[in-house]
Amino acid sequence: MTWVDTILQGLLLGGLYALFATGLSLIFGVMRIVNLAHGDLSILAAFLAVVVVESLGWSPFAALLVVVPVLAGLGYALQSLVLNRLLGRGILPPILVTFGFSIIIQNALLETFSADSRRLDPGGVETASVALGSQLAVGWFPVITLAVAVLILVGLQLMIGRLSLGRAFRAVSDDQETAELMGIDHRRLYALAMALSLAIVAVAGVFLGIRTTFTFASGPDRLLFAFEAVIIGGLGSLWGTLVGGAVLGIAQTVGAKLSPGWGILSGHLVFLAVLLLRPQGLFAKARRVA
Amino acid sequence: MSLLTVRHLSAFYGSFQALFDVSLEAEEGETVAVIGANGAGKTTFLRSVAGVLPVPAAAVSFGGDAVGGRPAHELAERGIVMVPEGRRIFPSLSVEENLLVGSYRRRPGRWSLPRVYDLFPVLAERRQQPGPNLSGGEQQMLAIGRALMANPRLLLVDEISLGLAPAVVKGLYRVLRTIADEGTTTLVVDQDITQIMGLARRVYCFRKGTVSLAGRPAELTRERIAAAYFGL
Repeated sequence: MTWVDTILQGLLLGGLYALFATGLSLIFGVMRIVNLAHGDLSILAAFLAVVVVESLGWSPFAALLVVVPVLAGLGYALQSLVLNRLLGRGILPPILVTFGFSIIIQNALLETFSADSRRLDPGGVETASVALGSQLAVGWFPVITLAVAVLILVGLQLMIGRLSLGRAFRAVSDDQETAELMGIDHRRLYALAMALSLAIVAVAGVFLGIRTTFTFASGPDRLLFAFEAVIIGGLGSLWGTLVGGAVLGIAQTVGAKLSPGWGILSGHLVFLAVLLLRPQGLFAKARRVA
Repeated sequence: MSLLTVRHLSAFYGSFQALFDVSLEAEEGETVAVIGANGAGKTTFLRSVAGVLPVPAAAVSFGGDAVGGRPAHELAERGIVMVPEGRRIFPSLSVEENLLVGSYRRRPGRWSLPRVYDLFPVLAERRQQPGPNLSGGEQQMLAIGRALMANPRLLLVDEISLGLAPAVVKGLYRVLRTIADEGTTTLVVDQDITQIMGLARRVYCFRKGTVSLAGRPAELTRERIAAAYFGL
């Protein structure tokens, strides 16, 4: 029964990883660029939530109403003012620029909020749990996290599959020049994709801050886990991202159960095993966004 | 007044000059043909008009406005829509989704999904299939249908018959005739002059990046066209 519990906890942890990975996957699917500041932006969102909670006295969940739009706006600005200028110059410039942003964000957070670790307190829900039978219990908060991740993925999938905007995302991903000829402004579309990605990152950052403590330097680990989830699931596949998050989460909890120090390591080992045995990921779709 | 006026257009790929001082006009409702051999600059010309290549503002005027060098998506919104060489169907989209991308800007006009399906019944039959599953001729129909969905004021069609069987080409020209009869100004590029001479009101022959001959089809003899085409 304890193993069932371990795997269940891992699966729920995977919900959080999937939240981080979704934004990364979306950006790569639409623009073929990697945002190395992804993790730091999520920590920025978490600190922003701290400010909202402390100054307005709101719950961290209510703080999402502020943090999500702010991060979405930041994403739109980041893409249209900076990253769009790098289009057509190869894959290296966006990597270098977002790496630079990663360092800038970390140092700005250190200057503003010091090196103290912080946490978002939602007032009890983070420790509440629900019993499943006599020997099994799951925390409400991890269940909510997984549910939110699934809802966001379903919403994103519907948007990309059904709406005109989603079709435009896929058309631009397929063939940017022909999409332009059909009246699609790819620069504006990229800015919208980045806004959407950072809106999801904002949710991920706030949920992270409720689940665990964080500092100015927590971003790069988040980016690494998000990367691993995306690669395990398969680049460009949104459902693969959810599965990738779950596989990574289960690997980490199972490893940690075998020996407390092995949690992160076994996640990395599973990631390496996938790279060796199935480098395209579990659900790869070569050229599709969704 | 002309809908499209191109004056003294020169275009470059880096330091390589592909067009030299090209001038061309298309009146509202007219079908204009651009013919010429490989490398004559026909595609470069269309891409300049459609906003894919940077050109001086004054070189292209459309509906009275100088629009040279405006981005392609803005020109599409104004009504200049191109069927690109090689069809360029969106591979991850179904046939119907490809058509719907054409109506992204929701330009008002006479074309709609049912009307495009009337024009190309085969597309209606295969609407749920992935675009790349279509044959070459069907892909050309899809590319034309996708452009019509944008309700163009000026339809640019590049290399319409490239790689297609003569019977298929004939069918495509019948469709172009229908589109022209509806009143859409059309600029068609083709290397094969047999069909296009019957369709166009005005013909421009390109050679080595310049206009080597221009006139109405009835006024041009085969000898003059051959001379302008091959530089004999």
